[in-house]
Amino acid sequence: MEPIVQARGLRKCYGELTVVDSIDFAVQPGECFGLLGPNGAGKTTTLKMLLGMVVPDGGELTVLGHPIPAQARHMRQRLGVVAQQDNLDPDFTVVENLRTYADFFGISSHEISARLDSLLTFASLEHKADARIDALSGGMKRRLAMARALVNDPQLVILDEPTTGLDPQARQLIWQRLRTLLQQGRSLILTTHYMDEAQRLCDRLAIMDNGRILDVGTPKALIARHIEPHVVEIHGPGLEAFRHGPHVLRSELIGETLFCYTDSERALVDALCEHPQLSYLSRAADLEDVFLKLTGRELRE
Amino acid sequence: MRAIIQALLSLRWLAVWRRNARVWGKLAGPAMLGNIGEPLLYLLALGFGLGALVGEVEGVSYIAFLASGFVCASVMNTASFEGIYSAYTRMAVQETWTAMLYTPLSVADILLGETVWAASKALLSAAFVLLVAGFLGAVDGWLALWVLPVALLTGLAFAAMALVITAISRSYDFFLYYFTLLLTPMLLFSGVFFPLDDMPGLVVQLTALLPLWHAIELVRPLMSGEIPGQIPFHLLVLALYCLLPLWLATRLVSRRLHR
Repeated sequence: MEPIVQARGLRKCYGELTVVDSIDFAVQPGECFGLLGPNGAGKTTTLKMLLGMVVPDGGELTVLGHPIPAQARHMRQRLGVVAQQDNLDPDFTVVENLRTYADFFGISSHEISARLDSLLTFASLEHKADARIDALSGGMKRRLAMARALVNDPQLVILDEPTTGLDPQARQLIWQRLRTLLQQGRSLILTTHYMDEAQRLCDRLAIMDNGRILDVGTPKALIARHIEPHVVEIHGPGLEAFRHGPHVLRSELIGETLFCYTDSERALVDALCEHPQLSYLSRAADLEDVFLKLTGRELRE
Repeated sequence: MRAIIQALLSLRWLAVWRRNARVWGKLAGPAMLGNIGEPLLYLLALGFGLGALVGEVEGVSYIAFLASGFVCASVMNTASFEGIYSAYTRMAVQETWTAMLYTPLSVADILLGETVWAASKALLSAAFVLLVAGFLGAVDGWLALWVLPVALLTGLAFAAMALVITAISRSYDFFLYYFTLLLTPMLLFSGVFFPLDDMPGLVVQLTALLPLWHAIELVRPLMSGEIPGQIPFHLLVLALYCLLPLWLATRLVSRRLHR
């Protein structure tokens, strides 16, 4: 099958600064593709190029079979976007937001009326149909923004940090809805700072930094490729002794915590039990370890 | 310019117009009260109050002279406020335009919709001033109905100019430059309140470069039952004041939002 998105050598510079540096990636139909990276990695610029909002300085880009930006308008007819800042229309109620947005796609009032109920159900906002936007919680707004992105029944939905700023309950509901979209056969592209979110939702993801894609793969493959299977985090006086503890393949001292990477945590944990002054956490390696290994630990501000 | 003409013919901008009309419809009551109340009060107070001192101006009663100026001034004010404060809010604060750009709408579609919308509001306010003026006996004959298309064209011009200012603004404070340096002098020196005959020649020449004077040159005769002179010239100037700013605003807003 033809990919939903195909980028080859995609590049964007602002003056001297190369924000996106010749990246290649493809998104397959029906998959959830994640873009991960620290602030300033080039995620948002990449998304804006996909939307046709920013014109690339080099490379080729095809979205939903249309060359971008040349045919961006045609492509957007079948695209849904959920922006980081919800930019809902504060002058309108929930239903008016959906109706007005449908009008921008040239969808008739009759046609959108027939679909309003299912959109409201999707957003779990049946009881808020006539509420003003400022009366909605953060989670409700985000769900409405998602429903609004579906008025044109898009094949591809792009979400920029869909759960940033939401409480755990609200995030769970968003994740459920994103899975619903995948079950309906839509493709998703999302950016996120939350590794747990990426690990849960994304079929494949690309880790970006400084405008480049450092690696692409399934969450499992990325972890297997870059990190030993187990991580033991040790905290307390005398932890230095464990830098070369049993089965420790690699270790890092970050601040006051020692990270020991191992293929077998048993022996290490047994040894730690003899040092009650040390606290430790033994866990499986996860995406966050991969992310920090690839992008470094310096603060990005 | 081609993008604007294509956008105009596609009629996609109508969706933007309808969005604004829907919002306006929610507060149409107070808005229309203002549309009628303001000119009624001003024409009554200035027309009869000052009119008693002034008597006739250019062969018509002062209230008739003032009414034709007022039609044009209300077009200027309405289109400018909508194109500046309301449009800026939609662009920079509510990010309504950004959300529109995720749909098949383009910057040209959005700005056309905004321009025609602001001009529509201006047309409505002109119609109300005309109605009030007619009610006060300050309108002479049905030729005055030709004022409405002139008001629409003038509204388009002031809306397009306002959108240029909106496109380059970083905050609401910036608009004061436009109001103080351009709109207020235009209002005072284009012949809204008094004829320009006794003004220094330079003032008259500068005024003739600005759109409000051309609108008044068309509207004033029409409201006193006469056919204006140099109609094509005045229309051409007003048309240029629509097209050039619209083209410029489209470029500026594209640069601002597409990055």
